[in-house]
Amino acid sequence: MSAETGETEIGGAETVASETVGDAPKSGLLELRDLMVVFDGFKAINGVNLTVGEGELRFLIGPNGAGKTTLIDVITGLTKPTSGTVTFAGTSLIGRKEHQIVRMGIGRTFQTSVVFEELSVLENIDLAATFRSPLVRLLRRRRGVSDEVAAALETIGLQDLADRPAGILSHGQRQWLEIGMLIAQGPKLLLLDEPVAGMSKDERERTGELLTEIARDHTVIVIEHDMEFLRRYASTVTVLHEGTVLVEGDVAAVQADPRVQEVYLGRKKEDAA
Amino acid sequence: MSALTRGKALLTGKYRGYVVFVSVALLLLAVAPAALDPFRLSLLAKYLCLAIAALGIGLAWGQGGMMTLGQGVFFGLGGYAMGMHLKLTEAGDNGLPDFMTWSGVEELPAIWEPFRNPVFALAMVVVLPVVVATALGVLVFRQRVRGAYFAILSQALAAAFVIWLVGNQGLTGGTNGLTNFYDIFGMYPEEDSTKTTFYFIVVIAVGVLYLVARHIVRSRFGRLLVAIRDGEDRVRFLGYNPATVKTIVFATSAAMAGIAGALYVPVVGIISPALLGVVPSIELLVAVAIGGRFSLAGALLGGVLMNWARTTFSESMPDGWIYIQGGLFILVILVAPKGIAGLAGQIGDLVARRRALRTAPAPAPEPGVKEEVPV
Ligand SMILES: Nc1ncnc2c1ncn2[C@@H]1O[C@H](COP(=O)(O)OP(=O)(O)OP(=O)(O)O)[C@@H](O)[C@H]1O
Ligand SMILES: [Mg+2]
Repeated sequence: MSAETGETEIGGAETVASETVGDAPKSGLLELRDLMVVFDGFKAINGVNLTVGEGELRFLIGPNGAGKTTLIDVITGLTKPTSGTVTFAGTSLIGRKEHQIVRMGIGRTFQTSVVFEELSVLENIDLAATFRSPLVRLLRRRRGVSDEVAAALETIGLQDLADRPAGILSHGQRQWLEIGMLIAQGPKLLLLDEPVAGMSKDERERTGELLTEIARDHTVIVIEHDMEFLRRYASTVTVLHEGTVLVEGDVAAVQADPRVQEVYLGRKKEDAA
Repeated sequence: MSALTRGKALLTGKYRGYVVFVSVALLLLAVAPAALDPFRLSLLAKYLCLAIAALGIGLAWGQGGMMTLGQGVFFGLGGYAMGMHLKLTEAGDNGLPDFMTWSGVEELPAIWEPFRNPVFALAMVVVLPVVVATALGVLVFRQRVRGAYFAILSQALAAAFVIWLVGNQGLTGGTNGLTNFYDIFGMYPEEDSTKTTFYFIVVIAVGVLYLVARHIVRSRFGRLLVAIRDGEDRVRFLGYNPATVKTIVFATSAAMAGIAGALYVPVVGIISPALLGVVPSIELLVAVAIGGRFSLAGALLGGVLMNWARTTFSESMPDGWIYIQGGLFILVILVAPKGIAGLAGQIGDLVARRRALRTAPAPAPEPGVKEEVPV
């Protein structure tokens, strides 16, 4: 099957996209089939097929406007697809409300992180952790810290700031808090939208380690632009371009692929020309 | 430690909330009844009734971000439920309330009949507002209507309710509403003892409802509510349905307004459309903004203060009050968005910081990171 991928010189992007389906014969935890999202006639997602297996750490890359965020929006119920299917553990996600999808075990972060500034760091995580409790149970006051909250707090390394309002956190710390809120919910699938964007070098490294740790017992999809980050922490990469899957494979192969270089590193070519 | 510094410590330390609560309770339960004549006491009871409705707004708007301009509807539902019962207990020989006889109604409308039963009537004081608020909440919050759109919708509901009340003279008493109560659960409204009794009932209701609201705010549910206020869309992605939470809180605030209306009737002796239309509803919200919407105590304070000020000023300068009220509202929006309660909190923190500096000069507490505890 991988031989097929070699013959696609003349095929163009769409053919490649449909052929990549062949690369994943086993059914995955998350499956997107022939997905289309059209905004006022503009095809933001144009026939995407994607399979992510249980336990996988998948990187999703692509130039600005490639449709990466839109893809996550569709999976999490924020955007309704024009056509196509999205299934998670064999169940269709189409038409479900955002909170119902979270309850099925899919958590996400946002490109611009949103934490609840008036609540403390601990309260933010605690709020995330209790999402399955009936609302009447929440009428009790919180006494102490539950195990999953303590564990999440430790994983993201914000114990010292636990009682501070989240509003005082730095950009990087907010991203970690968001990730902590996610893992406290015990999701099966995590979708992280550019978690290291705007981070310092140290913060990126810290986030990379965090990611590696989380990926050990979760299925994770990460959108990322940063090539160095990709080289260090990615194994399987899917490249999105103009709403279609351009290439999929291990990080070295993807980086070496001329089509990827053309669209993704197009800037370099322009500079050279 | 001298008594004075110990006293200061109580006022600025973590017991501040308890100290204020106990002082206010003493003031209302012991000092006010001794210092005020029954007429003034009755006026204070009236302000406290309106403050209960304000407390509900503090919960829905201050904590939940639902700017409701239609609390008059729920106040009215509670008030009319109570008024209908009182009217029936003192009905004439034909079994009809006086105003029906005057309007030429010959048979008691079916909807009135069950209100003869005091238990039913008292239950309706809470049930009617809760049902209406829940219906509105389910329709509106599920459609993700919020902010100014929700405010306008709730205001439209108040306007429609008043039009309906006025248009159904024979059923509701029309513009006059329900009044002329002679017999309130066996007590006579003109007597001083009745006034005092109702005053105490109102004070106890204020205390209980304040504690209920405070418990909600401090619970995890309250944290969730604040999270929805500050980031409703983000809360969805934590797996909660904000519409459900908002509906519950809106219904709770409606129940408070209903109780407020029901208490208002025996205290003031009337419930009429003029008390619950668009203008009174807005005035109540303005009172909460001035008192401090992010603090439950602030909402209560605003409710009492603004209604006291209105009674006082509209006697001496009937036309001036609306400008004073408007001016205060603008002032609060511009310079003190957290209202009087916010200013009081800032002064308290300042005193605490200075005291801490004086007693332990070495490590100055960091400003701005103190965890805010809603009082
Ligand atoms: N709600 C919307 N309405 C109209 N167009 C939209 C909408 N959301 C996204 N788009 C468009 O769809 C395209 C894909 O957007 P998307 O945000 O998915 O890109 P992305 O790959 O995440 O890019 P970036 O790297 O800049 O975050 C863009 O051209 C964008 O302008
Ligand atoms: Mg994006």
